[in-house]
Amino acid sequence: FPGLADVSISQDIPVEGEITVPVGSQSPDDDYSTLDEPVKDTIMRDLKAVGKKFVHVMYPRKSSALLRDWDLWGPLVLCVSLALMLQGGSADSKDDGGPQFAEVFVIIWFGAVVITLNSKLLGGTISFFQSLCVLGYCVMPLTVAMLVCRLVLLAGAGTVSFIVRLIVVGAMFAWSTLASTAFLADSQPPNRKALVVYPIFLFYFVISWMILTFTPQ
Amino acid sequence: IACLIMYLFAEFDDAANLLAANPDATTISIDEPVEIPKNQHSRLQEPGREEDDELLGTDDSDKTELLAGQKKSAPFWTFDYYQTFFDVDTYQVLDRIKGSVFPVPGKNFVRLYIRSNPDLYGPFWICATLVFTIAVSGNLSNFFIHLGKPTYRYVPEFRKVSIAATTIYAYAWLVPLALWGFLMWRNSKVMNIVSYSFLEIVCVYGYSLFIYIPTAMLWIIPQRVVRWVLVVFSLCLSGSVLVMTFWPAVRDDNRRIAVATVATILLLHALLAVGCLAYFFDAPELDIPAPIIPAHNSTTKVVLEQ
Repeated sequence: FPGLADVSISQDIPVEGEITVPVGSQSPDDDYSTLDEPVKDTIMRDLKAVGKKFVHVMYPRKSSALLRDWDLWGPLVLCVSLALMLQGGSADSKDDGGPQFAEVFVIIWFGAVVITLNSKLLGGTISFFQSLCVLGYCVMPLTVAMLVCRLVLLAGAGTVSFIVRLIVVGAMFAWSTLASTAFLADSQPPNRKALVVYPIFLFYFVISWMILTFTPQ
Repeated sequence: IACLIMYLFAEFDDAANLLAANPDATTISIDEPVEIPKNQHSRLQEPGREEDDELLGTDDSDKTELLAGQKKSAPFWTFDYYQTFFDVDTYQVLDRIKGSVFPVPGKNFVRLYIRSNPDLYGPFWICATLVFTIAVSGNLSNFFIHLGKPTYRYVPEFRKVSIAATTIYAYAWLVPLALWGFLMWRNSKVMNIVSYSFLEIVCVYGYSLFIYIPTAMLWIIPQRVVRWVLVVFSLCLSGSVLVMTFWPAVRDDNRRIAVATVATILLLHALLAVGCLAYFFDAPELDIPAPIIPAHNSTTKVVLEQ
């Protein structure tokens, strides 16, 4: 630093002072430091986030909460419970029965990944995991439908029960598709919306078909 | 089908004569940058392709063809490269589907609809829809056929979905690969006017499978005659799309090889349809009335004893 070459401190002026770092409680780090909180708080916070997203799916409005803070806990729980409830179907031989646990899992996750890739390739602006999150959470009406179907099948397996199941599954399929479309359609270019919505329709149709054709032992 | 093929050959002979009579037709060649190797052969045929365009009519003036030259330049390991294969709008996909279901005699599907913008959206999702349509329709059809029988228990037959998926995706990707390899090999021996890139062939095959979706849904009807009429009808429609696409690519070749190629294309297409019908849809049986002969014997015995 050539300009400072001739700066000098006169010997008469004492150089003194204090160097202290204020250790105050208003540093922003404290708000995000969750290491010291009780475990219950941590779990409850995540559970509340998941629960809030479930409510968003039940009443689909164009809110961005589902998109902003994505998580995959909800989809995992829904997928596992759906796959478990689809077990126990009747089969004379292994080849004729309903989908196995792994098949349901693969269909849901691989299907969601393919749909996400499809929407991104078509020019969508949504991120990969946000899309997975939305598609996974919107499986919830169909999981509810599966629960209802199993309960109805406990009462009997005749034509009336089939019609009830058909109506319930049909309604939940429409709900799932509309909910996920409400969240995902905005992030697509307008002249390609139908191209993005159709695979979502196919995805939920396949899941609905698996639920509707479930026949117990 | 033979009459249809002869008619189509006559159409294309006319087009070839027009081309031969007018070799100096001015063409507009659109400059495209160097692309991935598998597109190079079709780029070499650029002037001939433009002449075919003029003969077949260029009434669709979308600017995507002009921009087509500037888009395929990303290296194949980037996401943008694959995005170029999904550069279609809704109306374009619907137009292509319409073109595959209502083939216009004399118009080449690739030239008219694809126009240097092959997409992978159509082939992939049409195949996915077809897989599930065949599996679901087969299941429903079997259910209705066996409905009254007391020994029948409904089974979802989920395994058939994976079999259907393997078959249809293998057909939609391996047959175009084989056909493209074969056409490239013949191209090296005989200079063809028209040649296609691999993706264009995949595109044609994918869109030509669309007609099988409503066909599979109608196969639920448990009448043998109806099913076979549907097979023939859909085979004619999608087969004609394929024939009209590939005949210009092989007609300059040895006559026998050209005919054999087109015949193989049609045969494989027919095999797919018939195979799906046979495997996923049980044959509709007639109800056999319960045997009445033992009762008849016992009554006659009683009469004799008296």
